[in-house]
Amino acid sequence: MSASADTIARAAQPAPARSLARERWNAACRSPTLIAGLIILAFWIVCALFGADITPRDPYADDLLATLSPPSAAHWFGTDQLGRDIFSRVIVGARDILIVAPLATLLGTVLGTALGLCIGYFRGALDDVAGRIIEALQALPLVIVALMALAAVGTSNATVVLVIGFVFTPLIARTVRSAVLNETDLDYVAAARLRGDGALAIMFIEILPNVLPIAIVEMTVRLGYAIFFVASLSFIGFGIQPPSADWGIAIAENYSLIGSFWWTVLFDAAATASLVIAVNLVTDGLAAVFDA
Amino acid sequence: MNDVRATAGAAARGSAADALRFEEVSVTYRTGRRVRQVLTGVSLAIRRGESYGLVGESGCGKSTAAFAAIRYLARNGRVSAGRIRVDGRDLMALSQSELRRLRTQSVSMVYQDPGKALNPSLRIDRQMMEVFEVAEGLSGDAALARSKEMLARVQIASPDRVLRNYPHELSGGMQQRVIIAMALSTNPALLILDEPTTGLDATVEAEVLDLVTRLRAEFNNSILFISHSLPVIARMCDRVGVLYAGELVEEGPASRVFGDPRHPYTVGLMRCVPTYGLRKNQGRLETIPGFLPAPGSITGRCVFAERCGNATERCGREAPPPIALEGHVSRCFYPERASQLPRQSSPAASSAAASGEGAVRSGEGGATRSEAALSPPLLRTKQLSKTYLVSGKPFQAVHDVTIELWPGETLGLVGESGSGKSSLAKLLLGLSTPDEGSAIELSGDALPPRAEARTRAQLKALQIVFQNPGAALNRSQTVRRLIGRSLRLVGLVGGAREARLREIAASVRLTPRHLDEKPRQLSGGLKQRVGIARAFAGGPRIVVCDEPTSALDVSVQSAILNLLVDLQADQKVSYLFISHDLNVVHYLSDRIAVLYLGRLMEIGPSEAVFEGPHHPYTEALLSANPSLEHQGGKRIRLHGELPSAANLPGGCVFHTRCPRKIGVICEREEPPLVPAGDRHAIRCHIPTAELGRRS
Repeated sequence: MSASADTIARAAQPAPARSLARERWNAACRSPTLIAGLIILAFWIVCALFGADITPRDPYADDLLATLSPPSAAHWFGTDQLGRDIFSRVIVGARDILIVAPLATLLGTVLGTALGLCIGYFRGALDDVAGRIIEALQALPLVIVALMALAAVGTSNATVVLVIGFVFTPLIARTVRSAVLNETDLDYVAAARLRGDGALAIMFIEILPNVLPIAIVEMTVRLGYAIFFVASLSFIGFGIQPPSADWGIAIAENYSLIGSFWWTVLFDAAATASLVIAVNLVTDGLAAVFDA
Repeated sequence: MNDVRATAGAAARGSAADALRFEEVSVTYRTGRRVRQVLTGVSLAIRRGESYGLVGESGCGKSTAAFAAIRYLARNGRVSAGRIRVDGRDLMALSQSELRRLRTQSVSMVYQDPGKALNPSLRIDRQMMEVFEVAEGLSGDAALARSKEMLARVQIASPDRVLRNYPHELSGGMQQRVIIAMALSTNPALLILDEPTTGLDATVEAEVLDLVTRLRAEFNNSILFISHSLPVIARMCDRVGVLYAGELVEEGPASRVFGDPRHPYTVGLMRCVPTYGLRKNQGRLETIPGFLPAPGSITGRCVFAERCGNATERCGREAPPPIALEGHVSRCFYPERASQLPRQSSPAASSAAASGEGAVRSGEGGATRSEAALSPPLLRTKQLSKTYLVSGKPFQAVHDVTIELWPGETLGLVGESGSGKSSLAKLLLGLSTPDEGSAIELSGDALPPRAEARTRAQLKALQIVFQNPGAALNRSQTVRRLIGRSLRLVGLVGGAREARLREIAASVRLTPRHLDEKPRQLSGGLKQRVGIARAFAGGPRIVVCDEPTSALDVSVQSAILNLLVDLQADQKVSYLFISHDLNVVHYLSDRIAVLYLGRLMEIGPSEAVFEGPHHPYTEALLSANPSLEHQGGKRIRLHGELPSAANLPGGCVFHTRCPRKIGVICEREEPPLVPAGDRHAIRCHIPTAELGRRS
């Protein structure tokens, strides 16, 4: 089967083939998963950037005369224990998580890619030692590791970014490493050695561009986890701190009321879920595009 | 029981229906919104007991035809027109269960890569017995007995051992035998062989082809034999169809098609194959200009017109119908002119130039010999060895190889896969480190073993053209960057660098337009040109060519070989040319070294190595070499498996397979490299005089 598909690919070659970038762009435009994910993601990014300007009410204003009122024309998503408008709070609540989670993922991806390149390129003892350490780290529940680290250094948006970034580093390094192992077997790496390129040049100029698609897909996978991770930390009080309107904090404050006042938790939870789903849709879309 | 089956089969086959019949078959593939027609109006018929060869370059639709014949096209493919009949039955009208019965009982297929056709996690007995259980409903013991019987029939000496093995424990040739045995188990009316020997060594290929010939006589199946190799098809088939861009351009009895080709594509293809014994100083290789068009892109005119030297204005206006000649069919308006197809390189001019050059070269050869005492060779290895440790056991990839390479000469390196050719190349280039006691000298100076420890000048001097141009070029870089980065070795920058870059690109016949493209936008031949340009960018003195054309089609191969010859004449580089194709090695090389299990078995001038006296191993290699001219004749076959380098036989390493073994001395003592005339040496206990050609 693949033989016949292969035949076509080869036969098509002599005609000027379109560039890879163009082909990927076309594939991206045709991918409903990617587009759906991007639309949801764009919605939350707009909320994060301009939330304060588009909310119908002040998300931080108490109204003690209208506490815990159910969804209505005045308060679409109802109000919480202090009478704050939940609809407005959900909108501005996107802000902190959309700063912390992507930054943490980016940090983890940059460090992880660099580490993965080194391990995959040098192999040998470095690979053995790093491999064991990564496995040991993976055996621990990540939330516990992060919790202990945050308890030690104190919690703030910056420390959450650092801790999640460091926790993700070995995970991303492992994925990048296996991609690099495949690349180093290819003859272009030998050709680079034969023209006197140093290890750094080979890793970052020759190999990196070829493993970047894998690193990017891995980054979006991790972004989904990061959002979940930050929300969990906020929920247990070690993530984003009040007075932020963060969704995780809101759920933590209200989950004891869920039996009678479901709206105080449902919309924040749905927002978190929609963001994670959007990121996962983008991941699936990108993986297909890079594969094409 | 088997006899009964065979008779029943023969009786069934007595009916008039052809084993396979294509009637104006067209196949299309859909990718995205584009629909491509890959086969166009192909008509052919394979009679009972006939062996039919389908030949053509990659992308011509050979495999598509094979998959269509069993209705097993990729999901995006469909037969858009025409009718396919297997054993007289309309394939398209069959229900799923009928189709399944047809595939299990009437048609079998053998694929190119035997390693991928067997399930790696099941033992051979399980996989073979399944055939009998499914096709004939036999129970375990009966199926096992039949499996054993089939393996014996494909000349496997110890069926019991093979049945207990997993696929990875068998060599490629053995795997292919098992698959052929499985394919023949149901005694199918039609056996489809899709490039069955392409991944195998010449010696193993020869054995497998012998086997197929023998089995055909025994089973009397019809065979559809697909191959890109003209000599193989010529040897194996009664009738031949030549496919080009999805059209059957010529068809007829093999002897007529190859003896008196009447389509310019067939003529061009035959001329591209290096003729047995042709040398670079005797003339250039013929090429076919231009590229294979995208499938289905040409309608309403001749598909070959734009690459054809005989094309007239009529060829561009209407598509030629199949024209019947005596005994065969050609899709050409001017079949009578095919043999006068103009040559790409005018033979007179090029042979004059080449013979002049040849004279210079042989003159040089003489000079090097007298200079030998005075100046050191360009490259010399002394007792070069490489031992790997594979799970604690030593594995000798290269053992005690001493060779010299002189300026401007080509040393051909031949041997089966696993003989250490590529390992030797890696050692020379510094990509792997040799054992203690080995030495490599460049112009008399010791060369550090690792590439990283070599100076720029040393790196510059030794470059390589890799086998697989796809893997050898960084896919994320443009051609400009790929070649340009190698120019850093010579310290060129700015305008001078761009000028030199264009010069190099022009010297490998790349146009400036190609400089901004990335590898995936180039065809295999163009990619290999980029690979060659990169090797030559720094002005090397030695270029290792590691099977540079084995991944390419013949018409592309000849253009690349011509280029290598031109570059050598122009830049006076030395080549270490590795190839399994003896005709190619002979065409290009001044001297030839024969490796077996990492040891040098024979080394000498090309003529001496080819003409003999030669080592028994060289003799077997030459005999297995497929060639269009030398059909028939006496064949020397190597039997048994290539021993593992981790478990070498004692004495002469070749004694386990040697057809001329003389006795215990071969098992006890490793023979020395005995001089056998002018710069010629053979590692064998048999006296040189006796090694001369046996009649």
